[in-house]
Amino acid sequence: MDTVFQIVFILVHIAIIMGGVLLHVAYLTLAERKILGDMQDRLGPMEVGWHGILQPIADGIKLFFKEDIIPSGTNKIIFSAAPILSLVPALIGFAVVPFGRDSLHIGNVTFAPVLTDINIGILYILAFASLGAYGVLLGGWASNSKYSLLGGLRSAAQVISYELPLGLALVGPILLSQSLSMVSMTDAQGGGFWNWFVIVQPIGFVIYVICALAETNRLPFDLPEAESELVAGFFTEYSGMRFAFYFLAEYANMILVSSIATVAFLGGWHAPFPFLEFIPPIFWFMGKVYALLFFFIWLRATVPRLRFDQLMGFSWKIMLPLALANILVTSIVAYFVRQ
Amino acid sequence: MTDPQPISYLPIFIFIVLSVLFGVGTLVISYFVQPRIFNRSKLSTYECGSEPVSDARNPFPARYYIIAMLFVIFDIEIIYLYPWAVVFNKIGLFGLVEMIIFIVLFLIAYVYVWKKGGLAWD
Repeated sequence: MDTVFQIVFILVHIAIIMGGVLLHVAYLTLAERKILGDMQDRLGPMEVGWHGILQPIADGIKLFFKEDIIPSGTNKIIFSAAPILSLVPALIGFAVVPFGRDSLHIGNVTFAPVLTDINIGILYILAFASLGAYGVLLGGWASNSKYSLLGGLRSAAQVISYELPLGLALVGPILLSQSLSMVSMTDAQGGGFWNWFVIVQPIGFVIYVICALAETNRLPFDLPEAESELVAGFFTEYSGMRFAFYFLAEYANMILVSSIATVAFLGGWHAPFPFLEFIPPIFWFMGKVYALLFFFIWLRATVPRLRFDQLMGFSWKIMLPLALANILVTSIVAYFVRQ
Repeated sequence: MTDPQPISYLPIFIFIVLSVLFGVGTLVISYFVQPRIFNRSKLSTYECGSEPVSDARNPFPARYYIIAMLFVIFDIEIIYLYPWAVVFNKIGLFGLVEMIIFIVLFLIAYVYVWKKGGLAWD
Protein backbone atom coordinates (compact mmCIF):
# COMPACT_ATOMS: atom_id res chain seq x y z
CA MET A 1 0.00 0.00 0.00
CA ASP A 2 2.75 2.34 0.98
CA THR A 3 4.71 1.61 -2.20
CA VAL A 4 1.63 2.18 -4.35
CA PHE A 5 1.06 5.50 -2.62
CA GLN A 6 4.71 6.42 -3.24
CA ILE A 7 4.45 5.66 -6.94
CA VAL A 8 1.18 7.59 -7.31
CA PHE A 9 2.74 10.48 -5.44
CA ILE A 10 5.74 10.49 -7.80
CA LEU A 11 3.42 10.33 -10.82
CA VAL A 12 1.45 13.34 -9.59
CA HIS A 13 4.68 15.23 -8.92
CA ILE A 14 5.97 14.46 -12.42
CA ALA A 15 2.63 15.48 -13.93
CA ILE A 16 2.87 18.85 -12.16
CA ILE A 17 6.41 19.44 -13.44
CA MET A 18 5.60 18.31 -17.00
CA GLY A 19 2.41 20.35 -17.07
CA GLY A 20 4.23 23.41 -15.78
CA VAL A 21 7.03 23.06 -18.29
CA LEU A 22 4.69 22.50 -21.25
CA LEU A 23 2.55 25.47 -20.21
CA HIS A 24 5.67 27.62 -20.03
CA VAL A 25 6.79 26.34 -23.43
CA ALA A 26 3.42 27.24 -24.94
CA TYR A 27 3.46 30.74 -23.53
CA LEU A 28 7.15 31.21 -24.30
CA THR A 29 6.28 30.93 -28.00
CA LEU A 30 3.62 33.62 -27.55
CA ALA A 31 5.98 35.78 -25.47
CA GLU A 32 8.60 35.47 -28.18
CA ARG A 33 6.20 36.56 -30.91
CA LYS A 34 4.87 39.42 -28.81
CA ILE A 35 8.31 40.68 -27.75
CA LEU A 36 9.70 40.37 -31.29
CA GLY A 37 6.61 42.20 -32.51
CA ASP A 38 7.15 45.02 -30.02
CA MET A 39 10.82 45.32 -30.93
CA GLN A 40 9.95 45.53 -34.63
CA ASP A 41 7.17 48.07 -33.98
CA ARG A 42 4.24 45.79 -34.76
CA LEU A 43 1.63 44.05 -32.66
CA GLY A 44 2.26 40.30 -32.99
CA PRO A 45 -0.66 37.85 -32.64
CA MET A 46 -3.87 39.76 -31.78
CA GLU A 47 -6.75 37.65 -33.09
CA VAL A 48 -7.20 34.67 -30.74
CA GLY A 49 -8.44 35.87 -27.37
CA TRP A 50 -7.52 39.14 -25.67
CA HIS A 51 -4.29 40.38 -27.32
CA GLY A 52 -3.70 36.86 -28.68
CA ILE A 53 -3.57 35.27 -25.23
CA LEU A 54 -5.05 31.99 -26.49
CA GLN A 55 -2.80 31.80 -29.56
CA PRO A 56 -0.52 28.95 -28.25
CA ILE A 57 -3.59 26.80 -27.48
CA ALA A 58 -5.01 27.42 -30.94
CA ASP A 59 -1.62 26.54 -32.45
CA GLY A 60 -1.45 23.34 -30.42
CA ILE A 61 -4.95 22.23 -31.44
CA LYS A 62 -4.22 23.06 -35.08
CA LEU A 63 -1.01 21.00 -35.12
CA PHE A 64 -2.74 18.12 -33.35
CA PHE A 65 -5.38 17.83 -36.07
CA LYS A 66 -2.98 18.33 -38.99
CA GLU A 67 -2.04 15.51 -41.32
CA ASP A 68 1.34 14.01 -40.43
CA ILE A 69 3.00 13.63 -43.81
CA ILE A 70 5.68 10.96 -44.08
CA PRO A 71 7.43 11.71 -47.38
CA SER A 72 8.40 8.90 -49.73
CA GLY A 73 11.92 7.54 -49.29
CA THR A 74 12.08 8.26 -45.57
CA ASN A 75 13.06 5.72 -42.98
CA LYS A 76 9.66 5.56 -41.29
CA ILE A 77 10.68 4.23 -37.86
CA ILE A 78 13.54 6.65 -37.36
CA PHE A 79 11.49 9.49 -38.85
CA SER A 80 8.77 8.91 -36.24
CA ALA A 81 11.05 8.21 -33.29
CA ALA A 82 13.47 11.13 -33.79
CA PRO A 83 11.14 13.92 -32.54
CA ILE A 84 10.41 11.92 -29.38
CA LEU A 85 14.13 11.32 -28.89
CA SER A 86 14.56 15.07 -29.08
CA LEU A 87 11.70 15.90 -26.72
CA VAL A 88 12.36 13.40 -23.90
CA PRO A 89 15.82 14.71 -22.83
CA ALA A 90 14.48 18.26 -22.83
CA LEU A 91 11.68 17.31 -20.42
CA ILE A 92 13.39 14.94 -18.01
CA GLY A 93 16.16 17.41 -17.16
CA PHE A 94 13.66 19.23 -14.95
CA ALA A 95 13.60 16.24 -12.56
CA VAL A 96 16.60 17.59 -10.65
CA VAL A 97 16.00 21.35 -10.85
CA PRO A 98 15.21 22.85 -7.41
CA PHE A 99 12.42 25.36 -8.02
CA GLY A 100 12.22 26.71 -4.49
CA ARG A 101 13.04 26.24 -0.83
CA ASP A 102 9.75 25.34 0.79
CA SER A 103 7.83 22.13 0.38
CA LEU A 104 4.21 22.44 -0.60
CA HIS A 105 1.73 20.84 1.82
CA ILE A 106 -1.63 19.72 0.48
CA GLY A 107 -3.59 17.68 3.04
CA ASN A 108 -1.10 15.17 4.41
CA VAL A 109 1.10 14.91 1.33
CA THR A 110 4.20 17.03 0.89
CA PHE A 111 5.63 18.11 -2.44
CA ALA A 112 9.34 18.81 -2.22
CA PRO A 113 10.58 21.71 -4.37
CA VAL A 114 12.69 19.23 -6.38
CA LEU A 115 11.47 15.89 -7.73
CA THR A 116 14.62 14.03 -6.71
CA ASP A 117 17.89 15.37 -5.39
CA ILE A 118 20.42 12.98 -6.88
CA ASN A 119 24.04 13.80 -6.06
CA ILE A 120 25.09 13.93 -9.73
CA GLY A 121 22.31 16.34 -10.75
CA ILE A 122 24.17 18.55 -13.19
CA LEU A 123 26.05 15.63 -14.76
CA TYR A 124 22.72 13.89 -15.32
CA ILE A 125 21.26 16.91 -17.14
CA LEU A 126 24.35 17.28 -19.34
CA ALA A 127 24.37 13.57 -20.16
CA PHE A 128 20.76 13.56 -21.29
CA ALA A 129 21.03 16.92 -23.05
CA SER A 130 23.70 15.35 -25.28
CA LEU A 131 21.16 12.73 -26.36
CA GLY A 132 19.02 15.50 -27.87
CA ALA A 133 21.60 15.85 -30.66
CA TYR A 134 20.72 12.32 -31.80
CA GLY A 135 17.09 13.30 -32.29
CA VAL A 136 18.14 16.15 -34.56
CA LEU A 137 20.76 14.16 -36.46
CA LEU A 138 18.55 11.10 -36.99
CA GLY A 139 15.55 13.24 -37.94
CA GLY A 140 17.65 15.07 -40.52
CA TRP A 141 19.04 11.85 -41.93
CA ALA A 142 15.74 9.94 -42.00
CA SER A 143 13.92 12.70 -43.90
CA ASN A 144 15.72 11.92 -47.18
CA SER A 145 15.82 15.62 -47.98
CA LYS A 146 19.01 17.52 -48.76
CA TYR A 147 18.09 20.44 -46.55
CA SER A 148 17.26 18.16 -43.64
CA LEU A 149 20.49 16.19 -43.94
CA LEU A 150 22.64 19.33 -44.04
CA GLY A 151 20.67 20.90 -41.20
CA GLY A 152 20.99 17.79 -39.06
CA LEU A 153 24.73 17.50 -39.68
CA ARG A 154 25.32 21.14 -38.92
CA SER A 155 23.26 20.95 -35.79
CA ALA A 156 25.10 17.89 -34.49
CA ALA A 157 28.51 19.46 -35.23
CA GLN A 158 27.44 22.69 -33.55
CA VAL A 159 25.98 21.04 -30.46
CA ILE A 160 29.03 18.86 -29.80
CA SER A 161 31.43 21.76 -30.42
CA TYR A 162 29.71 23.98 -27.87
CA GLU A 163 29.28 21.18 -25.39
CA LEU A 164 33.00 21.31 -24.54
CA PRO A 165 33.18 24.95 -23.35
CA LEU A 166 29.74 24.52 -21.75
CA GLY A 167 30.98 21.60 -19.67
CA LEU A 168 34.15 23.50 -18.76
CA ALA A 169 32.20 26.62 -17.75
CA LEU A 170 30.20 24.54 -15.27
CA VAL A 171 33.38 23.23 -13.59
CA GLY A 172 33.71 26.64 -11.86
CA PRO A 173 30.43 26.43 -9.89
CA ILE A 174 31.09 22.75 -9.13
CA LEU A 175 34.52 23.62 -7.76
CA LEU A 176 33.13 26.44 -5.63
CA SER A 177 30.18 24.47 -4.24
CA GLN A 178 32.08 21.14 -3.99
CA SER A 179 29.06 19.29 -5.29
CA LEU A 180 27.34 18.13 -8.48
CA SER A 181 23.92 18.27 -6.84
CA MET A 182 21.69 21.14 -7.95
CA VAL A 183 20.33 21.53 -4.40
CA SER A 184 23.74 21.78 -2.71
CA MET A 185 24.85 24.17 -5.45
CA THR A 186 21.92 26.47 -4.66
CA ASP A 187 22.55 26.20 -0.91
CA ALA A 188 26.15 27.33 -1.41
CA GLN A 189 24.98 30.68 -2.83
CA GLY A 190 22.63 31.93 -0.09
CA GLY A 191 22.80 35.20 1.81
CA GLY A 192 22.79 37.85 -0.91
CA PHE A 193 23.81 38.44 -4.49
CA TRP A 194 27.50 38.88 -3.55
CA ASN A 195 27.54 35.12 -2.82
CA TRP A 196 26.25 34.17 -6.25
CA PHE A 197 28.79 32.38 -8.40
CA VAL A 198 28.34 34.89 -11.22
CA ILE A 199 30.29 37.38 -9.09
CA VAL A 200 33.37 35.15 -8.83
CA GLN A 201 32.84 33.40 -12.18
CA PRO A 202 31.84 36.20 -14.60
CA ILE A 203 33.81 34.68 -17.50
CA GLY A 204 32.34 31.27 -16.79
CA PHE A 205 28.84 32.75 -16.85
CA VAL A 206 29.40 34.53 -20.17
CA ILE A 207 30.85 31.34 -21.69
CA TYR A 208 27.92 29.35 -20.35
CA VAL A 209 25.29 31.72 -21.78
CA ILE A 210 26.94 31.83 -25.21
CA CYS A 211 27.23 28.05 -25.32
CA ALA A 212 23.67 27.64 -24.08
CA LEU A 213 22.48 29.78 -26.98
CA ALA A 214 24.42 27.58 -29.38
CA GLU A 215 23.18 24.36 -27.75
CA THR A 216 19.56 25.41 -28.16
CA ASN A 217 20.14 26.58 -31.76
CA ARG A 218 19.10 30.14 -30.99
CA LEU A 219 20.23 33.20 -32.89
CA PRO A 220 22.99 34.14 -33.54
CA PHE A 221 23.75 30.40 -33.66
CA ASP A 222 20.64 29.12 -35.42
CA LEU A 223 22.55 27.79 -38.44
CA PRO A 224 20.87 24.37 -38.39
CA GLU A 225 17.64 26.12 -39.38
CA ALA A 226 19.02 29.06 -41.33
CA GLU A 227 15.91 29.95 -43.32
CA SER A 228 17.70 31.71 -46.13
CA GLU A 229 19.85 28.70 -47.08
CA LEU A 230 18.38 25.57 -45.50
CA VAL A 231 14.61 26.31 -45.55
CA ALA A 232 13.82 24.92 -42.06
CA GLY A 233 16.92 22.79 -41.50
CA PHE A 234 16.47 19.36 -40.02
CA PHE A 235 12.68 19.62 -39.69
CA THR A 236 11.98 20.75 -43.27
CA GLU A 237 9.98 17.57 -43.94
CA TYR A 238 8.18 17.43 -40.61
CA SER A 239 4.55 18.37 -40.19
CA GLY A 240 1.78 18.09 -37.63
CA MET A 241 2.55 16.70 -34.18
CA ARG A 242 6.10 15.58 -35.03
CA PHE A 243 6.95 19.14 -36.01
CA ALA A 244 5.32 20.30 -32.77
CA PHE A 245 7.62 17.97 -30.80
CA TYR A 246 10.76 19.54 -32.28
CA PHE A 247 9.31 22.92 -31.45
CA LEU A 248 8.48 21.86 -27.89
CA ALA A 249 11.95 20.38 -27.48
CA GLU A 250 13.63 23.60 -28.61
CA TYR A 251 11.68 25.79 -26.21
CA ALA A 252 11.84 23.31 -23.32
CA ASN A 253 15.61 23.25 -23.84
CA MET A 254 15.69 27.05 -23.65
CA ILE A 255 13.92 26.92 -20.30
CA LEU A 256 16.19 24.09 -19.11
CA VAL A 257 19.46 25.87 -19.93
CA SER A 258 18.10 29.03 -18.29
CA SER A 259 17.25 27.00 -15.18
CA ILE A 260 20.75 25.54 -15.06
CA ALA A 261 22.25 29.01 -15.46
CA THR A 262 20.03 30.23 -12.63
CA VAL A 263 21.07 27.39 -10.32
CA ALA A 264 24.76 27.36 -11.21
CA PHE A 265 25.47 31.09 -11.48
CA LEU A 266 22.55 33.25 -10.33
CA GLY A 267 21.90 31.76 -6.90
CA GLY A 268 18.89 29.60 -7.77
CA TRP A 269 15.89 30.60 -5.67
CA HIS A 270 17.87 32.91 -3.35
CA ALA A 271 16.87 36.55 -3.10
CA PRO A 272 19.52 39.12 -4.10
CA PHE A 273 19.26 40.87 -0.71
CA PRO A 274 18.46 39.20 2.65
CA PHE A 275 15.66 41.72 3.36
CA LEU A 276 13.86 40.63 0.21
CA GLU A 277 13.46 37.06 1.45
CA PHE A 278 9.79 37.61 2.33
CA ILE A 279 9.03 37.08 -1.38
CA PRO A 280 8.58 33.30 -1.92
CA PRO A 281 11.73 31.69 -3.36
CA ILE A 282 9.93 30.22 -6.36
CA PHE A 283 9.23 33.75 -7.65
CA TRP A 284 12.91 34.58 -7.49
CA PHE A 285 13.75 31.40 -9.38
CA MET A 286 11.16 32.06 -12.06
CA GLY A 287 12.08 35.73 -12.27
CA LYS A 288 15.70 34.87 -13.03
CA VAL A 289 14.67 32.26 -15.61
CA TYR A 290 12.30 34.74 -17.27
CA ALA A 291 15.03 37.39 -17.36
CA LEU A 292 17.37 34.98 -19.16
CA LEU A 293 14.63 33.93 -21.59
CA PHE A 294 13.86 37.58 -22.32
CA PHE A 295 17.56 38.08 -23.02
CA PHE A 296 17.51 35.16 -25.48
CA ILE A 297 14.54 36.66 -27.34
CA TRP A 298 16.09 40.11 -27.23
CA LEU A 299 19.25 38.72 -28.87
CA ARG A 300 17.15 37.21 -31.63
CA ALA A 301 15.78 40.65 -32.47
CA THR A 302 19.21 42.28 -32.34
CA VAL A 303 22.05 40.22 -33.80
CA PRO A 304 22.59 38.74 -37.28
CA ARG A 305 23.47 35.11 -37.93
CA LEU A 306 27.07 33.87 -38.02
CA ARG A 307 28.67 31.97 -40.90
CA PHE A 308 29.21 28.28 -40.19
CA ASP A 309 33.02 28.31 -40.30
CA GLN A 310 33.01 31.35 -37.98
CA LEU A 311 30.72 29.46 -35.63
CA MET A 312 32.95 26.40 -35.42
CA GLY A 313 36.12 28.48 -35.20
CA PHE A 314 34.63 30.57 -32.40
CA SER A 315 33.88 27.50 -30.32
CA TRP A 316 37.15 25.63 -30.86
CA LYS A 317 39.63 28.49 -31.07
CA ILE A 318 38.24 31.06 -28.61
CA MET A 319 35.71 29.54 -26.21
CA LEU A 320 37.61 26.33 -25.42
CA PRO A 321 40.97 27.96 -24.49
CA LEU A 322 39.14 30.72 -22.61
CA ALA A 323 37.14 28.18 -20.58
CA LEU A 324 40.31 26.21 -19.79
CA ALA A 325 42.14 29.36 -18.69
CA ASN A 326 39.15 30.25 -16.54
CA ILE A 327 39.34 26.91 -14.73
CA LEU A 328 43.10 27.18 -14.21
CA VAL A 329 42.85 30.67 -12.70
CA THR A 330 39.78 29.75 -10.64
CA SER A 331 41.36 26.66 -9.14
CA ILE A 332 44.65 28.39 -8.29
CA VAL A 333 42.87 31.37 -6.70
CA ALA A 334 40.42 29.09 -4.88
CA TYR A 335 43.35 27.09 -3.48
CA PHE A 336 45.10 30.12 -2.05
CA VAL A 337 41.91 31.71 -0.73
CA ARG A 338 41.09 28.54 1.19
CA GLN A 339 44.56 28.22 2.73
CA MET B 1 24.01 16.20 2.19
CA THR B 2 22.32 14.44 -0.69
CA ASP B 3 20.85 11.00 -0.55
CA PRO B 4 23.11 8.43 -2.21
CA GLN B 5 20.42 5.73 -2.26
CA PRO B 6 19.56 4.17 -5.64
CA ILE B 7 15.88 4.73 -4.76
CA SER B 8 16.33 8.45 -5.50
CA TYR B 9 16.78 7.49 -9.15
CA LEU B 10 13.32 5.88 -9.27
CA PRO B 11 11.47 9.17 -10.00
CA ILE B 12 13.87 9.79 -12.89
CA PHE B 13 13.15 6.38 -14.35
CA ILE B 14 9.40 7.02 -14.04
CA PHE B 15 9.85 10.47 -15.58
CA ILE B 16 11.65 8.98 -18.60
CA VAL B 17 8.94 6.35 -19.09
CA LEU B 18 6.22 8.97 -18.70
CA SER B 19 7.72 11.43 -21.21
CA VAL B 20 8.24 8.66 -23.77
CA LEU B 21 4.60 7.63 -23.24
CA PHE B 22 3.54 11.27 -23.63
CA GLY B 23 5.37 11.45 -26.96
CA VAL B 24 4.14 8.13 -28.32
CA GLY B 25 0.61 8.61 -26.95
CA THR B 26 0.22 12.03 -28.52
CA LEU B 27 1.40 10.73 -31.88
CA VAL B 28 -0.97 7.74 -31.71
CA ILE B 29 -4.04 9.81 -30.73
CA SER B 30 -3.23 12.43 -33.34
CA TYR B 31 -2.91 9.62 -35.93
CA PHE B 32 -6.58 8.73 -35.40
CA VAL B 33 -8.01 12.25 -35.61
CA GLN B 34 -6.06 13.65 -38.55
CA PRO B 35 -7.22 13.67 -42.17
CA ARG B 36 -5.35 11.55 -44.68
CA ILE B 37 -5.77 12.63 -48.28
CA PHE B 38 -3.48 10.87 -50.71
CA ASN B 39 -1.56 12.98 -53.18
CA ARG B 40 1.60 11.84 -54.94
CA SER B 41 3.35 15.20 -55.07
CA LYS B 42 2.61 15.81 -51.41
CA LEU B 43 4.81 12.81 -50.56
CA SER B 44 7.85 14.08 -52.42
CA THR B 45 10.52 15.82 -50.37
CA TYR B 46 10.95 19.58 -50.58
CA GLU B 47 13.40 20.89 -53.15
CA CYS B 48 12.30 24.43 -53.91
CA GLY B 49 9.30 23.23 -55.89
CA SER B 50 11.11 21.24 -58.56
CA GLU B 51 11.22 17.42 -58.78
CA PRO B 52 13.73 16.00 -56.24
CA VAL B 53 16.97 14.97 -57.91
CA SER B 54 18.58 11.70 -56.77
CA ASP B 55 18.79 10.37 -53.22
CA ALA B 56 19.50 12.94 -50.54
CA ARG B 57 21.90 10.76 -48.58
CA ASN B 58 24.96 11.91 -50.45
CA PRO B 59 28.46 11.66 -49.01
CA PHE B 60 29.20 14.63 -46.79
CA PRO B 61 32.49 16.28 -45.81
CA ALA B 62 34.76 14.25 -43.49
CA ARG B 63 35.17 17.46 -41.44
CA TYR B 64 32.09 16.53 -39.47
CA TYR B 65 33.64 13.19 -38.61
CA ILE B 66 36.89 14.76 -37.44
CA ILE B 67 34.98 17.22 -35.25
CA ALA B 68 33.02 14.34 -33.74
CA MET B 69 36.23 12.43 -32.95
CA LEU B 70 37.86 15.49 -31.40
CA PHE B 71 34.73 16.01 -29.35
CA VAL B 72 34.84 12.49 -27.93
CA ILE B 73 38.51 12.82 -26.97
CA PHE B 74 38.22 16.26 -25.38
CA ASP B 75 34.91 15.51 -23.70
CA ILE B 76 36.38 12.52 -21.89
CA GLU B 77 39.19 14.75 -20.65
CA ILE B 78 36.66 17.33 -19.43
CA ILE B 79 34.68 14.65 -17.60
CA TYR B 80 37.84 13.98 -15.53
CA LEU B 81 37.63 17.56 -14.28
CA TYR B 82 34.20 17.01 -12.70
CA PRO B 83 35.16 14.57 -9.90
CA TRP B 84 38.33 16.59 -9.36
CA ALA B 85 36.27 19.76 -8.85
CA VAL B 86 33.99 18.00 -6.35
CA VAL B 87 36.86 16.88 -4.08
CA PHE B 88 39.02 19.96 -4.71
CA ASN B 89 39.07 21.08 -1.05
CA LYS B 90 40.03 17.63 0.22
CA ILE B 91 42.98 16.84 -2.04
CA GLY B 92 44.79 20.16 -1.55
CA LEU B 93 48.00 21.18 -3.30
CA PHE B 94 48.63 17.69 -4.69
CA GLY B 95 45.34 17.75 -6.59
CA LEU B 96 45.93 21.27 -7.85
CA VAL B 97 49.38 20.46 -9.26
CA GLU B 98 48.14 17.19 -10.75
CA MET B 99 45.34 19.01 -12.56
CA ILE B 100 47.65 21.75 -13.82
CA ILE B 101 49.86 19.04 -15.35
CA PHE B 102 46.75 17.40 -16.82
CA ILE B 103 45.51 20.66 -18.36
CA VAL B 104 48.99 21.39 -19.78
CA LEU B 105 48.97 17.94 -21.45
CA PHE B 106 45.47 18.74 -22.72
CA LEU B 107 46.73 22.04 -24.14
CA ILE B 108 49.66 20.32 -25.89
CA ALA B 109 47.23 17.95 -27.62
CA TYR B 110 44.98 20.91 -28.44
CA VAL B 111 47.82 22.95 -30.00
CA TYR B 112 48.91 19.88 -31.98
CA VAL B 113 45.41 19.44 -33.40
CA TRP B 114 45.20 23.13 -34.26
CA LYS B 115 48.61 23.16 -36.01
CA LYS B 116 47.71 20.00 -37.93
CA GLY B 117 44.67 21.81 -39.30
CA GLY B 118 42.11 19.73 -37.42
CA LEU B 119 40.13 22.82 -36.45
CA ALA B 120 40.19 24.53 -39.86
CA TRP B 121 36.87 24.65 -41.68
CA ASP B 122 37.15 25.48 -45.39
